[in-house]
Amino acid sequence: MGLKPKSINEQNPDKHIEPVRNMSGLEIKPLYGPEDIQSLSYEADIGRPGEFPYVRGVYPYMYRERVWTIRQLGSLGPPDKANLRIRQLVEMGATGVSICLDMPTIMGRDSDDPMAEGEVGRCGGVAIDTLDDMRALLEGIDLETISINFVSNSQSAIILALFCVLAEERGVPLSKLRGTMQNDILKEYQAQKSYYFPPSPSLRLTMDTIAFCHDNLPLFNPISISGYHLASAGATPLQELAFTLANAFTYVREGINAGMAVDAFAPRLSFFFKVHNDFFENVAKFRAARRIWARTMKDTFKAKDPASWRFRVHTQTSGSSLTAQQMENNIVRTTIQALSAVIAGTQSLHTNSFDEALSIPTPLSERIALRTQQIIAHESAVASTIDPLAGSYFVEALTNEMEAEALRIIQAIEDNGGVVACIENGYFQKEIAESAFAYQQAVQNGERIIVGLNAYAEGEEGKIELREVDPDFEKEKVAVLKQFKSNRDPSALEAAGKALREACRTGENVMPPLLSGVKAGMSLGEAVRHMRSVFGSYREKAIF
Amino acid sequence: MSRERIKVIISKVGLDGHDRGAKVVASLLREAGFEVIYLGMYQTPEAIVKAAIDEDADVIGVSYLSGEHLVFTPLIVELMRKEGLDDVLFVAGGSFPPEDIPVMKEMGIDEVFRGGTLTDELIRYIKENVRETQE
Amino acid sequence: MKPQEMVDRILKADRRAAARLMTMVEDQSELASEIMKDIFACTGRSMLIGVTGAGGSGKSSLIEHLIGRFRKDDKKVGVVAVDPSSPFSGGALLGDRIRFQKYSLDDGVFIRSMGSRGYMGGLARASSDVVRIMEAMGNDVVIIETLGAGQDEVDIIHIAQTCLLVLTPGMGDDIQAIKAGIMEIADLIVLNKADLEGANSCIQSLESAIHYNLKKDKDVWVPRVVPTIASSMQTAECEGIEDLYQNIMEHQAFLHKTRRIDTVHAKRIEQELGLIFKDEVEKTVFAGLKGTGKKREYIESIIKGNNNPYSVVDEVLSTFLRTEKLE
Repeated sequence: MGLKPKSINEQNPDKHIEPVRNMSGLEIKPLYGPEDIQSLSYEADIGRPGEFPYVRGVYPYMYRERVWTIRQLGSLGPPDKANLRIRQLVEMGATGVSICLDMPTIMGRDSDDPMAEGEVGRCGGVAIDTLDDMRALLEGIDLETISINFVSNSQSAIILALFCVLAEERGVPLSKLRGTMQNDILKEYQAQKSYYFPPSPSLRLTMDTIAFCHDNLPLFNPISISGYHLASAGATPLQELAFTLANAFTYVREGINAGMAVDAFAPRLSFFFKVHNDFFENVAKFRAARRIWARTMKDTFKAKDPASWRFRVHTQTSGSSLTAQQMENNIVRTTIQALSAVIAGTQSLHTNSFDEALSIPTPLSERIALRTQQIIAHESAVASTIDPLAGSYFVEALTNEMEAEALRIIQAIEDNGGVVACIENGYFQKEIAESAFAYQQAVQNGERIIVGLNAYAEGEEGKIELREVDPDFEKEKVAVLKQFKSNRDPSALEAAGKALREACRTGENVMPPLLSGVKAGMSLGEAVRHMRSVFGSYREKAIF
Repeated sequence: MSRERIKVIISKVGLDGHDRGAKVVASLLREAGFEVIYLGMYQTPEAIVKAAIDEDADVIGVSYLSGEHLVFTPLIVELMRKEGLDDVLFVAGGSFPPEDIPVMKEMGIDEVFRGGTLTDELIRYIKENVRETQE
Repeated sequence: MKPQEMVDRILKADRRAAARLMTMVEDQSELASEIMKDIFACTGRSMLIGVTGAGGSGKSSLIEHLIGRFRKDDKKVGVVAVDPSSPFSGGALLGDRIRFQKYSLDDGVFIRSMGSRGYMGGLARASSDVVRIMEAMGNDVVIIETLGAGQDEVDIIHIAQTCLLVLTPGMGDDIQAIKAGIMEIADLIVLNKADLEGANSCIQSLESAIHYNLKKDKDVWVPRVVPTIASSMQTAECEGIEDLYQNIMEHQAFLHKTRRIDTVHAKRIEQELGLIFKDEVEKTVFAGLKGTGKKREYIESIIKGNNNPYSVVDEVLSTFLRTEKLE
């Protein structure tokens, strides 16, 4: 009290210290002190873990009670091969798995679609066309204990229908299904660019799945509101924070407008963040996100259930921070990033394999990625203390600053007509493209150092073992699909299609007709075509 | 006569929508004084080659990020040959395994720039290898 | 490619030869003017539609739908799309082809992107030549899109026969500003995004501006306001496009019936002559000065105060050009 240490510059005014900015563009001082957090009130602004405003974590005991979910990617090529991979991960101690889809599935096309040629089962994703594929994918996996994260967006309603029909077949009650559907359509328009329909009907499909899960799958997270892809497309951590929350508030508002009580669905909303190289910026981003979410849900949306105030987040280390040069360095990058996610209080974590900048991970690189998390959990002891950086002058000040800046951006989006309007007028695309460009320029001119790339570079790289994708897989997959399609009852299929189009038109929830549809053998590509015939398609303008 | 402005087609091909790299490269090439014709996402090899003809492009640059490089590279090369675009450079950037680079070159691509390569190298390569005359 | 071969191929609608000549005129190659001489006689017969308007007004989307409408009549369509070049690097990002993706494989459509390369007026220096080449290729319709315009970018009116000015309801101030000159700029005023708020009052204010400026002349074309709803994002049908198409055809019919088309042609040729003269005089003079050391002498004499720029130019021109009038 009363003691105000001099800043470094004050101690020696003649000494020049170069200003430094973090990835978000905020200036970082060489030293922080009590004066930087003077207005901070522990009770009101920070609080205990598990208590409002949840800055210190969403649960009272955090990892002392249960370590974060170690969630690794389990999908590659054909569904049966992906199934082997999932089983292997479960045996190695993973408590959840993420299922990535292949490019044709992401774009709503069956494996036998001419546009899918050459891309089936590639890009580390699994091809899901029909109920048969879902059966093969999850064969022998206990759906009540393993949490399945579907990295699925535009096609989420269809994937959810397939998942539910499979559970029914296996006699697992829907109420016991665990896991997450990414299902965040807004960020598709902002960053990832895999959408089928214009924003409004797409948003409505997302709300249909949220409503359906709300009624039938209480343990399942129907949406994972994702900043990860925004960041991968070039958004700064601050933009990631602000845009993700703006999207989240849009879903909340839509849910309320659709007649749901806020406390009925908000507790199931979950988030997905990226951790990049800047350690403290990562930590501040998570802490600021928890405070903004808690306060807005309570004050603006009048949520009463504390579960609605909790910002639960899955984290992935940064794929775009990995370099193809001196690839082994990526193990170190991933470790630092993962450590920041844990210190920031993530609920689950995916660590990237070091060879991802080049290709689909190999068993070796996948094992190292998994072990990285286990070493952090069991050897580093960082999980023993909750929110260990709280009270740090720097981290608290940075948390405040990230929060204030994010709120300013969220307000600007509101003032510009909200998220959908800002998608349509190109605001997000422009902001993200500008950040991506600035980052690349900083790397080009050496302002931002990337070890092994623009500094400490070496000549030739060592050879790395890479995993092959079986080239015959596509042919087999197409043949199997054709066989499947020829064995269906055309009249049942037609009736299901008609019911689906009808629901799209009238605004009824699409889930019931989709469930009947996939039971009748309707494929993913066919379901998308039915919906597109009502909703139309969408194309963005190019913004640099 | 020498070239007044070098024209470069920048495109994605196939179903992959990750356009960050393509956009950033397009912007950096503009800064370097090139005229960049940006085709965006979901292009077919046919559309890319036709654009190169109509725009009389000096360079076709494609961004691959989803393991599609071995599928589309030979298709584009073949169409370029068929249309007689022998003096047009074909380059690709993105992520692929190192051992695929000789394979792609064998297929007929002129040069490959892997993820993380600085755009300076691409700019230098184009300036050194672009066709000299237009007549 | 030999010049004669190039001419033959262009007249047979060969895309590569035409595209190459377009680059040559952009680069102002000597050979290009030789080839232009040979194809000139085969130009001047296409319907030329200019589309201007501020960025974001939906010019490209409208053009996409217009291409579709003309293709329905089996017309061959050329499109010249101009985007600004960076004043610093001279480079340009030309993104218009994305909007016309639907026609990326249609052999009846030829799209050419152009950087403005520092040329003012909303077009590129070579735009008029590129339009001529498109005509020589046998395109029935050539659509010219100017770069997102302020008010000075109106060179389009010298080339196009039918000029479309695209506005949106959100541009209240711009509309006020152009009211006075509206008759000179546009034959058709397209109020795009007419589903937006304020569209009706915008249409009314445009129509009153038109009638306020109307000359009480019998054979005058009264600009019309055509509402459309075209968005770059919703790829479905464009409302109002048929109406726009009919209005274009009526304007064309008016030009031909009243023989005003002759005036339009004359204006275009006058513009082209002006451009070519300017370039050629400049080239001749600079070629004559090159290597003589004269340029430096002139500059030094001006610095020393022994001469001034006006006298220098008089002296140079009297050396290279004769001052008598043409007989």
